[in-house]
Amino acid sequence: MDAAKRYFRSPAAVIGLVLLLAVIAMALSAGVLYPRDPLALAGRPLVWPFTNPRFPLGTDNSGRDIAAQIFYGARISLLIGGVATVIAVAIGTLIGAFAGYYGGWVDNILMRITEAFQTLPNFVLLLVLVAVFGSTLTTVTIAIGIVCWPAPARLTRAEFLSLRNREFVQAGRTLGMRDLQLILGEILPNALPPVIVYASVVMALSILLESALAFLRLSDPNVASWGNLIGLGRDVLRVQWYVSAIPGIAILVTVLAVSLVGQGLNDALNPRLKSR
Amino acid sequence: MSEQPILSLEGLSVRLPRGADRTHALNGVSLSIASNEILCVVGESGSGKSMMANAIMRLVPGEVAIEAGRMMFDGRDLCTTDPAAMREVRGAGIAMIFQEPMTALNPLRTVGDQIAEMFRIHTDLSKAEIGERVLSLLEDVRIPSPKTAAKAYPHELSGGQRQRAMIAMALALDPKLLIADEPTTALDVTTQAQILKLIRDLQQRKKTAVLFITHDFGVVAEIADRVVVMQHGKIVEQGTADDVLNRPTHSYTKQLIAAVPPLTAPPPRPLSSDNILTITNVAKTYRTGGFLDRGARVTAAVKDASLTLPRGATLGIVGESGSGKSTLARCIVRLIDPDNGAILLDGKDWVKLKRAEIRRETRHIQMVFQDPSASLNPRRKAAELVAQGPIVHGTPRATAMTEARELFALVGLDPSAGDRFPHEFSGGQRQRIGLARALALKPDVLIADEPVSALDVSVQAQVLKLLGELRERLGLSIVFITHDLRVAAQVCDLVAVMKDGEIVEHGLVADVFSRPQHPYTQALLASVPGGAFAREHQTAV
Repeated sequence: MDAAKRYFRSPAAVIGLVLLLAVIAMALSAGVLYPRDPLALAGRPLVWPFTNPRFPLGTDNSGRDIAAQIFYGARISLLIGGVATVIAVAIGTLIGAFAGYYGGWVDNILMRITEAFQTLPNFVLLLVLVAVFGSTLTTVTIAIGIVCWPAPARLTRAEFLSLRNREFVQAGRTLGMRDLQLILGEILPNALPPVIVYASVVMALSILLESALAFLRLSDPNVASWGNLIGLGRDVLRVQWYVSAIPGIAILVTVLAVSLVGQGLNDALNPRLKSR
Repeated sequence: MSEQPILSLEGLSVRLPRGADRTHALNGVSLSIASNEILCVVGESGSGKSMMANAIMRLVPGEVAIEAGRMMFDGRDLCTTDPAAMREVRGAGIAMIFQEPMTALNPLRTVGDQIAEMFRIHTDLSKAEIGERVLSLLEDVRIPSPKTAAKAYPHELSGGQRQRAMIAMALALDPKLLIADEPTTALDVTTQAQILKLIRDLQQRKKTAVLFITHDFGVVAEIADRVVVMQHGKIVEQGTADDVLNRPTHSYTKQLIAAVPPLTAPPPRPLSSDNILTITNVAKTYRTGGFLDRGARVTAAVKDASLTLPRGATLGIVGESGSGKSTLARCIVRLIDPDNGAILLDGKDWVKLKRAEIRRETRHIQMVFQDPSASLNPRRKAAELVAQGPIVHGTPRATAMTEARELFALVGLDPSAGDRFPHEFSGGQRQRIGLARALALKPDVLIADEPVSALDVSVQAQVLKLLGELRERLGLSIVFITHDLRVAAQVCDLVAVMKDGEIVEHGLVADVFSRPQHPYTQALLASVPGGAFAREHQTAV
């Protein structure tokens, strides 16, 4: 594949992919390396990292293994990032596709709804949703997906607006295709590459949103997530800063990896940038 | 003509970056232009003619390198001139005009301002003097009301006026050499004739040397003193216009000239008295802006068009851009809904059909589009594209794919090419795929909207020949939309001339073209570039 070749030509994209694979490996190996519940008490509280070989990354304020929480947290972050992105992109492409294809009053109504979502700050809307529907892992993930869909919708709509009058779409219409066949079969495959690239931004954003929620102790407290750990560390931030810093670094690395992969995909899927 | 050359290229070679379709854009090109002559460079797309113009201006992209040779202009070699000195040469010594004036002009500044810029950069004239010069230049290029034109923004002028403004800008500093890269290709035929005449007049008055790049032998016949024919980055033939046009020696030149369709119609074929398609009083009006019908801009794209297409015949609809010919074509297949009128196809009125009925009936009437690369979905394989229509209409997938491969053979493509994507085909091959797709539904009527306009002349001739053969074999009736009268003369039995949404004249091709009644038809025919040449030469070579 041409696109794959172009992807591996960029060092930044390869680094991003390696980091992302490392995070995925952490998530997969968590159960093998730390078969015990990561939220169970493991030792004395607030052991500094690199002082006790049993706890390479130390323990938090209630004596739980930080390394185990980081490994299990990778699962939660990737799960929330992945599922929320799928939800956001699915809603977004669907609404964007219909708005862009039909235009007129359909477009007007759908875009006013999109704007209504966009004018509310993401995080405030998320807080409202979590406050109303509770903060289990499922509701948090769905809420993040609902908060993130307007941008992919606008992107898809823009692509559809420029594609719907192309001659190949008109050709499809003269062949007697239905609107749905045209939207899904003809236009969507051509509109997807920029949306796929943008999905990486949505994924990074949803990981950050979940951490922010957890920092405010509004995320699901019954799972080992990086955000929860940062939230716990808040109480001992001035002395035992490592409790917040270690999951912070994990979030930084994951978001960076996702962004680099997204940038790499963008360059690889956009042949016009080939010569740069 | 015997004067010493203004510009001479000696063994110029330009290397393309690795991964291009060939190693060199130009390969040992040698030519010279004397002052006061027009040298036409002719070639098909990819022959390197535009690359040559850009190389002379040293405007080649970074990864393209001038590898060998010399470009002597005014006593210095442009290949070795440093960038600062090159800026002096550009504009003042050599000026250039481009194919599409809309993209070559800055949309945010007035035309007069952009012409004045030439003086501001290269001279130290006062503001008032510059203003006078700009006006006199605009008068020179015969723009109607130069004062208004100077204050206009590019989008406020017509295509022809924009190209005139570009010429005024190019000639502002009396350059010794003017490079014109397909300056009339984007223009309508009547405008093209005026611009060609203008370039000729100005060239004679100012004694400028002109390097005129074109793909159209009609234009060459109209304007050239000498001709250079290029193929694959090499010069295959050069000589005086008379020699090259009437006594070509190289086989490629002969082939190119033979491919130019002559303006005379072939002997008429007997026409069936049974009309398969009858269009009566079709009209389409566009309204934009305004609220509750107040202040709206109303454009009548098609006014009261009535035409008939006898079974098995080809009806040409000719006209310039904006004449409504494409809108009419799209009304017939109901891509656009006409406001009123009737379109009877085999007794059924298409204007009254509902969406779902249209989807069923489309198999009787199919369309071929202008741009073969835009009309094929880039993410589907060729065979799939052709099979799509029958699949939509209920043919099982396997049968449709087998039939698609048979159709490939019918339109002169290798049946095994079905697994390739559209971008892996050449322009002519893509148009064959488009044709196969339209034929897959076994239509009675084919609407062809400028099907050969995006193709090179030699490819154009092949596609037209194929269309003629298919018409005979499958008993197709064709509506053929084109702006090129020469093409219409070749393929059509009947022709209708459209202007501003109205059909001003229609009848048998031979009648309309040899005895045009309407003044507009007469003007169109008179504007065909190299008209005399096109009428005289036959496809006899």
